[in-house]
Amino acid sequence: MSAPRVLIPVALGTNRDGDLATAFQLAGAETEQVPLTALRNGERRLDDFQMLAIPGGFSYGDALGAGRLLGLDLAGWFGDQLREAAAGGMPIFGVCNGFQALVRAGLLPGNSAKAVLTANESSHFECRWVTLAPTSLKSVWVSGLKEPLRCPVAHGEGRFVSDDLAALEANDQIAFRYANDGGGSARGAYPANPNGSAGDVAGVCDESGLVLGLMPHPEDHVLSRQDPLRGRTTGGLCLPLFEAGVQAVSS
Amino acid sequence: MENTHAIVVGPGHLDVADHGPTASARMFDIPADQITEYQLFHLQGDLSEAQLTELANRLLVDPVGQWWMPGSDQMVDGLVIETGLRPGVTDREGAELVRSANELGLPVTAATVGRRWVVQGDLSDAQVDELSQRVLHNDVIERWAVGSLPPAFADRSAATPRTTTVVLDGLDAEGLAGVNKRRRLGLDPEEMVAIQRHFAEVGRAPTDAELEMLAQTWSEHCAHKTFRARITVEQPDGGTEVIDGLMKTFLRNTTDEINASWVHSAFVDNAGIVAFEDGWDVAIKAETHNHPSALEPFGGANTGVGGVVRDILGVSAKPIAVTDVLCFGPEDLDPDHLPDGVLHPQRIRDGVIAGVGDYGNKIGVPNIAGAIVHDPSYTTTPLVFAGCFGLLPTGSNPTSAQPGDAIVVFGGAVGRDGVGGATFSSQTMGAETAEVAGSSVQIGDPIVEKGLIDVVLAARDAGLYTAITDCGAGGLSSAIGEMAEVLGAEVDLQLVPRKYPGLAPWEVWLSEAQERMVVAAPDPAPLLELAERWSVGAAVVGRFTGDGRIVVNDGSDGLIDLSCEFLHDGRPQREMFAAALDLHRPERHHVSVDHKTMLLALLAHPSIRSNEAVVRTYDHEVLGGTLVRPYAGVAGDGAADGTVVIPPGTSGTRGMALGIGINALIGRLDPAAMAWHVIDEAVRNVVIAGADPRELSLLDNFAWGDPTDPATLAEIVAACRVCRDAALALDAPFVSGKDSLYNVFVHPDGTADPVAPTLVITAFGIVKNLDVVPLTGVVEAGDDVWLVGSEAGALGGSHFDNVLGSDLGGAVPAPDLGAIERHHQLADAIQAGLVRSAHDLSDGGLAVAAAEWAFAGRLGLALNVDETTESLFGEGSGRYLVEVSPDDEAKFAQCVPSAVKIGVVLVDPVVVFGDLEVTLDDVGHAWRDGNAPLESPTINGGAA
Repeated sequence: MSAPRVLIPVALGTNRDGDLATAFQLAGAETEQVPLTALRNGERRLDDFQMLAIPGGFSYGDALGAGRLLGLDLAGWFGDQLREAAAGGMPIFGVCNGFQALVRAGLLPGNSAKAVLTANESSHFECRWVTLAPTSLKSVWVSGLKEPLRCPVAHGEGRFVSDDLAALEANDQIAFRYANDGGGSARGAYPANPNGSAGDVAGVCDESGLVLGLMPHPEDHVLSRQDPLRGRTTGGLCLPLFEAGVQAVSS
Repeated sequence: MENTHAIVVGPGHLDVADHGPTASARMFDIPADQITEYQLFHLQGDLSEAQLTELANRLLVDPVGQWWMPGSDQMVDGLVIETGLRPGVTDREGAELVRSANELGLPVTAATVGRRWVVQGDLSDAQVDELSQRVLHNDVIERWAVGSLPPAFADRSAATPRTTTVVLDGLDAEGLAGVNKRRRLGLDPEEMVAIQRHFAEVGRAPTDAELEMLAQTWSEHCAHKTFRARITVEQPDGGTEVIDGLMKTFLRNTTDEINASWVHSAFVDNAGIVAFEDGWDVAIKAETHNHPSALEPFGGANTGVGGVVRDILGVSAKPIAVTDVLCFGPEDLDPDHLPDGVLHPQRIRDGVIAGVGDYGNKIGVPNIAGAIVHDPSYTTTPLVFAGCFGLLPTGSNPTSAQPGDAIVVFGGAVGRDGVGGATFSSQTMGAETAEVAGSSVQIGDPIVEKGLIDVVLAARDAGLYTAITDCGAGGLSSAIGEMAEVLGAEVDLQLVPRKYPGLAPWEVWLSEAQERMVVAAPDPAPLLELAERWSVGAAVVGRFTGDGRIVVNDGSDGLIDLSCEFLHDGRPQREMFAAALDLHRPERHHVSVDHKTMLLALLAHPSIRSNEAVVRTYDHEVLGGTLVRPYAGVAGDGAADGTVVIPPGTSGTRGMALGIGINALIGRLDPAAMAWHVIDEAVRNVVIAGADPRELSLLDNFAWGDPTDPATLAEIVAACRVCRDAALALDAPFVSGKDSLYNVFVHPDGTADPVAPTLVITAFGIVKNLDVVPLTGVVEAGDDVWLVGSEAGALGGSHFDNVLGSDLGGAVPAPDLGAIERHHQLADAIQAGLVRSAHDLSDGGLAVAAAEWAFAGRLGLALNVDETTESLFGEGSGRYLVEVSPDDEAKFAQCVPSAVKIGVVLVDPVVVFGDLEVTLDDVGHAWRDGNAPLESPTINGGAA
């Protein structure tokens, strides 16, 4: 089986597309960073690819709220293609601004629960490393992860709030929760929970388990040398997450 | 006239921390109990009520936790103040609102975003005024009103002013000075005469655009008149020495003499270019953005980062790291002591930090190194130094435009923002500066610049251009003027995209709106296609001619017709005078203080304490190449020295190390010693980061007062001389630099308030073995601690004296040639894998360094040092603390023969120097949290 091809769309202001491409390449996929204009004018199509991964950044400068305008683009221009792809079993991944856009576009959480990613409790942008406990058995991305992941957050609007967190929990849609250094619950405490997210939620999946969105940047911890604790401790590498996504295409 | 609509959205967020206006009002003793912020959107267009509702729900509010209402509805619960941007100021949010509304089929033709503030409390009219002025808005870019503020949409029917001529013929010196002053040209009298003579020869009067272009090209900012002047320097013995250009004599010639194999380009173009590894070069540059940051801290710092990133893009390199060095007045300054027209240091600090973070974060370039220094001299004139590092394939920056090549402009359209930035930043400031210089200050648009990066790199790789530069201060005038320096060019201003009508032709030519690049292209068609693909504006505005003239027309109107020769070489060299420098230091007055209190006070010193909270508002992880972060260690809250980035896309076996040196305290007493000291500091940082000190490159940034004052110029000359001496001694060439002068605030009574002499040095080095890079903070209990360099340091100009609030005399740290050998020896030990961790002895001396280092590793230290003030707190060159495994003792001693084993790493969380002992909790409380000891250190016995 040839390597799955991952579409990485790039809007004006997207900036972690290269990091995401590197992560998927290390996980065995082929990637292409495609400007939204090329998708809109039909030069490239979603069905030329086996996976969609929406990168981090500040699409449209975060004007009118992080991810809102990219979410409108996704829903407005490619809504049909996206629904078709998801129904056909395509794994979809959104990180940081990509997560925000998937939520704005209605693909996540993707059921009746409403959710937003709003301003951090600290009210400012923050960049620090966090520990993530994988919690969903439903998500094709997360269910096989054996140990907590460590990677940086870098956002100002990452605080997850939902009007029905209990439903998401009952439905096994909480993919990752912020954890303390040992992997135990962050219990809402800063800085282990860096933004005040309800229930320490760092990422969620949809009801099918194919669509995953998360605020932290696992794509920035796919090599052991990227770890600020290198030389002091090991573990927490996020490559298995990307490998699980690639595996979900191949299988 | 179309209908206008207003929508208020609230609350801003779910319950978030209040860092905002209520706390700031308290600082100014304004009795506002609570200030609530609401977003305010003004729309122009014929929208039905249903359409307005759809727009609000789909574009403006969150589905959880937010509501909206028409702006005409009144708020009943307090005093309403509205603020909004002035017309012409970059308004990304408004532009995106128009675009997205139109995507939804909603007929919005213009939009602008403001704030509505609802204030509870009993405020007098004067206090409302003060609240608006000091807290809620900045007059330079915004307007305000009690109640509703009418929106400021650009007038789309404004008439375009014509070009006029300015008669110089027959004017005497006074007449020329009048023109110079009226048009705020900032030219020297001799320069006005040269322009008058030139146009007399040509036989016509100059146009306003020609005068403005000459003023911009000949400004201190662009022409570096002081650093190119012929300077007569008074000698202590009464003789004189003549220096024909500081830049040439002390910097450029030195780099030529060193003739380093790794330097590919120095002091030409926008940035220096040095070899990184086989196939790859790194472009390096550091800039200043001081005057704008004083007036509009967010926008000034924001565009400072944007400008230096563009400099790197201007040599065809991909920006991969930014740095920032910030100098502010005391944060606890009594607001009553603020001169008119000056913002409070805390407001400047908050705005500058937010501006630096906003730009770097949004373009996706990691901010990986910096410093924050507080000093009273920076109250009226804060300093903002922004650096950028970029990656390019070796030899991939084309620099030769050809006759016939098209001139292509990429990026944002031209508005009335940033007109006259070059001339403004080349003059001193005063209380009225904010009013007159408003249009010189801008807000950046990082998203457009991110698009520019994508387009330029794609165009570079496809070989689509023959030359490139950025539109910095001076806009198209400066960019096209420089590119056409030899060839000449012909431009039609009608082809330049504008944000709105009503701009005078000379304003279009000189507008500095940040996010634009200019390239020369044999075939512009594929470039225009690329730009469209990446959603970036682009236009062909003219061509390079080869006839040696700059000709600019506005349709059929002639605007500029100047010979390149006069434009670039017609400026008479400035003649300047430097006084003899008296560097005599008084004998030291020895005092006794409680060492523990002093150590804690130093750890909490505003220029020493942790800036982690600031650094964490910057993305230092994006691009995935960061190896040594500014804050690291066991808990991520220990200070690193140099930082290291592995450039993405390279072999991954090498890193680039960055180090920064700055010291205002020594600068004030002895600028020459300061220059040596800060160069040494930058070098120490990159040595600890694992770089090879035999292959360094340096950047200089001078920030001084008024160079026409002979005493000030003497300081600059002395610092330049040391730059040469140190570069030769280190074999480390300067490859780029920037001088920022006239950092002076002139009070209404005429007294001048200059910054402390400030030289920022950035050192760039290459880490050739990533596996041996020392960790941040001590690593293992039982390891030995070695001291490299002398135990005792100097106390003249020390932070010790600064804490006590007086200069107690004594020598400042002297240039130390032996330091260079120690840098090399320690680097060799690191290369041999013998160094687990290291920290340099910097501000505050050995005791501060040991405390920071132990804290980062959450392990203790027992050090056997003399408990003298000189040993604990003295400062000097080439000094390090090094952690070495006992197994490697012999090998390390062989590598660094002068090193002395002075202690061990402890399990216990305590730092011990003989009888002096502090716990890591004490250190954290002081250094990390910035809490000064309850009682300030005082001189025992009271005599000072």
